[in-house]
Amino acid sequence: MVYLIALPLLSAALLLVLGRIADKWGHLLATFISATTFAIGVAEFFSMHGQSGGNRAVTQKVFEWIAVGNLKVDASLLLDQLSICFVLLITGVGTLIHIYSIAYMEHDKDRRRFFAYLNLFIAAMLLLVLGDSYLNLYVGWEGVGLASYLLIGFWNQNPAYAVAAKKAFIANRVGDVGLSIAIMISFAQFGTVSFVGVKAGAAHASPVALSAIGAMLLLAAAGKSAQFPLQSWLGDAMAGPTPVSALIHAATMVTAGVYLITRSNFIFDASSTARILVVTVGVITLLFGAIVGTAKDDIKKALAASTMSQIGYMILATGLGPVGYAFAIMHLLTHGFFKAGMFLGAGSVMHGMEDEVNMRKYGGLARLMPITAVTFGLGYLAILGVPPFAGFYSKDKIIETAFNQGGGKGILLGGAALIGAGITAFYMTRVVVLTFSGARRWKDGAHPHESSILMWAPMVVLAIGSVASGFLLSFGSSLVNWLQPVVNASNAVGGKELMKPLVVSLLALVVVILGAGYAITKYRTVPDVAPEKVSLFTKAARKDLYQDDLNDALLVKPGKALTLGLVATDNYVIDGAVRLVGWVLSEISDVLRKIQNGYVRTYALIMLAGIFIGALIIWVVTA
Amino acid sequence: MDISNYLYLSVILFTIGALGVLIRRNAIVIFMCIELMLNASNLALVTFSRSNGNLDGQVASFFTMVVAACEVVVGLAIIVTIYRSRRSASVDDASLLKN
Repeated sequence: MVYLIALPLLSAALLLVLGRIADKWGHLLATFISATTFAIGVAEFFSMHGQSGGNRAVTQKVFEWIAVGNLKVDASLLLDQLSICFVLLITGVGTLIHIYSIAYMEHDKDRRRFFAYLNLFIAAMLLLVLGDSYLNLYVGWEGVGLASYLLIGFWNQNPAYAVAAKKAFIANRVGDVGLSIAIMISFAQFGTVSFVGVKAGAAHASPVALSAIGAMLLLAAAGKSAQFPLQSWLGDAMAGPTPVSALIHAATMVTAGVYLITRSNFIFDASSTARILVVTVGVITLLFGAIVGTAKDDIKKALAASTMSQIGYMILATGLGPVGYAFAIMHLLTHGFFKAGMFLGAGSVMHGMEDEVNMRKYGGLARLMPITAVTFGLGYLAILGVPPFAGFYSKDKIIETAFNQGGGKGILLGGAALIGAGITAFYMTRVVVLTFSGARRWKDGAHPHESSILMWAPMVVLAIGSVASGFLLSFGSSLVNWLQPVVNASNAVGGKELMKPLVVSLLALVVVILGAGYAITKYRTVPDVAPEKVSLFTKAARKDLYQDDLNDALLVKPGKALTLGLVATDNYVIDGAVRLVGWVLSEISDVLRKIQNGYVRTYALIMLAGIFIGALIIWVVTA
Repeated sequence: MDISNYLYLSVILFTIGALGVLIRRNAIVIFMCIELMLNASNLALVTFSRSNGNLDGQVASFFTMVVAACEVVVGLAIIVTIYRSRRSASVDDASLLKN
């Protein structure tokens, strides 16, 4: 199990240390290592599958890490039904994207460094999902943050990209603080940070402590998974190379927040306050992301907004109680397939269009890039939730479970999720229409062409996943039963059905058809330049619903003012005091220096005066 | 004769010497003024010796004379050397160590 992490880590270190020597074969080594970890993951899966439900979780102690007083943390790994899902997703999609990147990054002179970072990411992400304590998880959590930073800023010779990387890192850091506070609270409350220990302690802990831990874990999840109010970094993170967007900012790393909440299910099951916070964040983000997605002309940013929205669905599902976790993970896995596939499709389009990302400059690409168009189309049908594609099984389950929460809360959550599905249909149809159909709007210089097999083969595999994964995961409730020992130990069942599942599915389908139909009629003709005269709503969506401006006004400007104030204090108060002392001394010296004029008689006079004064004093005192 | 007259004379001589040192620039004149001050103090010593009725003061004045003689030898030698090299006996011109 430890090889899962050690191999990609060693490979990353090797590629970075060897430098240019490894340029020729670095990408092959990294891809081979990634494929090896996938093979190990598959082997682990089958050996786990052979066991009965209760015996499937395996732990492996690697070494004793920290032993200080009461705090004892081992670096040990836990592979259970939940983590194996992630291991397969990370290594599987990761390997496909390694293969894709061989072709995509072919003309980049730093391709070896890119692959080293990818392997570093795989290692960190596997550590994140395999750690058996919050502290081990934290190491992986920071590791993926680092890999994400390095890869967003991979082309850091462009200052805007370097700023985007920094923005992502700082927004993540806010979330990381939440995670570290959660770890501290759980150590203070339970004296341990391992999942098993915290789970045992959570059974009889105070509600306040549990809510505090839950809220802090949610903050961490919001940072990593680009959830409200820390979501602003994800759009800019598209500065990274497209395979990175597909792997890190769509399929795996941004879903780490969902993993964290699902892994901490014992905390959220015990605290209804924390659950309410989670569903609130989830619903806000799923609508927020969807609305932002409707106005983006940059194909990658539209997909990023969509990722934000889809993760909103997952977070919503994790807040719906024990039954929700499995659906969150199911949506996470299907989303991993179709969103990674669509990102790779977007990368393929960009590759053919000489890195043009503005969808208004595309149009009619379906005939020139048939494989890209078909794989993208299958991912599109999957994200819309059209039966029988993957999203249908996972997203409808979430909407259904939200409705079944009962009362006004259920209708509110379910309704919001339903509306989100409609907006999703609108913006995804917009992306497809703008890119693949309609009139050609590209300039004469561009020669759109289908990409090489190394690029389209992974897209085909992911498209097959987009088609089949939903059915496979939900056939006979296979994923729900598989995860049940980890996330739903009490075997809770969902609330009373508000509507029959069939009715929910039909409703969702109607909403999706409405959204898609509206987009098709609206974008029959597309102007080359984004129209200026648009509704206030569109203007707001184009500016990410003013989240950046809000952050700027609430955090950045006061922060800058504080910094400038501190600089001024340093310059004028502290340095001023030091300079004042120096100035006073030098002024005094200027006066005193005049006494030392170098004339002997002046000194003699002073001496004489001194003697007179001395004599006078003696005379006065003795008289 | 009142003994204090000797002391007045001694004070007047000493003051003239001190003023000379402070005011004049010629090294030789300053030198002579220093001699004047030394002899003024000798006069005071001798006067006190007389009034006290012992020889302590006179002995001290002999010491002063001896030291003064030595000082004249060394001092004149320096002044003559400076005059030879710089063609000036002004104390203000002997400022090579300044700056």
